[in-house]
Amino acid sequence: MSTHDLEQIFQERIDAEIKIEAKEWMPDAYRKTLIRQISQHAHSEIVGMLPEGNWITRAPSLRRKVALLAKVQDEAGHGLYLYSAAETLGAERDDLIEQLLTGKAKYSSIFNYPTVSWADIGAIGWLVDGAAIMNQVMLTRTSYGPYARAMVRICKEESFHQRQGYEIMLALSNGTEAQKNMAQDALNRWWWPSLMMFGPSDKESSHTEQSMRWKIKRKSNDELRQQFINQTVGQADFLGLTIPDPDLKWNEATGNYDFGAIDWEEFWNVVKGNGPCNKERIRASIKAHEDGAWVREAALAHAEKRSARAAQKTQVA
Amino acid sequence: MKKNWPLWEVFIRSKNGLSHKHVGSLHAADAEMAIENARDVYTRRNEGISIWVVESDHITASSPNQNDALFDPANDKVYRHPTFYNLPDEVKYI
Ligand SMILES: [Fe+2]
Ligand SMILES: [Fe+2]
Repeated sequence: MSTHDLEQIFQERIDAEIKIEAKEWMPDAYRKTLIRQISQHAHSEIVGMLPEGNWITRAPSLRRKVALLAKVQDEAGHGLYLYSAAETLGAERDDLIEQLLTGKAKYSSIFNYPTVSWADIGAIGWLVDGAAIMNQVMLTRTSYGPYARAMVRICKEESFHQRQGYEIMLALSNGTEAQKNMAQDALNRWWWPSLMMFGPSDKESSHTEQSMRWKIKRKSNDELRQQFINQTVGQADFLGLTIPDPDLKWNEATGNYDFGAIDWEEFWNVVKGNGPCNKERIRASIKAHEDGAWVREAALAHAEKRSARAAQKTQVA
Repeated sequence: MKKNWPLWEVFIRSKNGLSHKHVGSLHAADAEMAIENARDVYTRRNEGISIWVVESDHITASSPNQNDALFDPANDKVYRHPTFYNLPDEVKYI
């Protein structure tokens, strides 16, 4: 069968909502797109632990501390589910990690912003996890089976992340004047970067069209962003906080909130490595990887020694 | 030295009475570590009461390219299904 025929059969299966599984034939570009997207997603979960990890030792109560600890642990698990999904496509874990540490692979730019106050932990759970959930719920229906299944697990775990974040914001908003200001300040700083998480606008996004045809993505960046804004405005109102966008306004005709222009220059600047924390995030990731090297090597040496000893025993017997 | 820990497939029994079900995979140096990692990664919310791990290399899978040859023979054997047999409606409990 020619590649052209195979591609046609492949597209027909996608159109019929038949999931693609690991060992099945797929176009090279589909495989490459998935490896890139899934590994970027995995890197984001891993790097995403850094800004929040920053506050674990300084959480204001034991209740907040165990919640944050559990959340950060979940994110490590999410990274692992996703690396595993990428590996079903023939990627090697080592190579993926190397691409992250050498800056060859990207991760979500949102994690290049600093967490300067406790309210940032609330804002991250509420907005950043909220935006991630919107994207991930869509991806539970992605066409590649192992990716879709990883997303189902992840989405089940995510909902507590957003709720614990919102609860932090709620407590601060109902607190002293200073606490309320802290919450507002966090919203001011995280709002626009959260909207940028959905990626460039559809007009600018080069991959969107093919990804939609392959049903890797099922909604466009702009659709998801609009959906996120629509559902978040009421939550901000409930907190008594103001979203930092003077152009934000309900539009009766479209049934959506209109919103102001996003500063894409800032977005691309952070993507290119010039955000406030890009260098620090990579430095911390490299350090964690290097500091753990002896553990990985020792565990392997131990396992080899044990299996050699076991083999010797059976020979003697 | 660049060497990945081997890959393991993880199967979890969520409760007695149900089979173990594939939930995903992970890297571990040996079987014991694979069980411990599977506990940490896949059962943080009481998802299981029993874990199996199998080194991925030890699984032999049928090839999707041979699906026709493997599964076609079952397609034209309707007589393996109960609805193939015509019985009058009056006959009960069958
Ligand atoms: Fe996550
Ligand atoms: Fe999360």
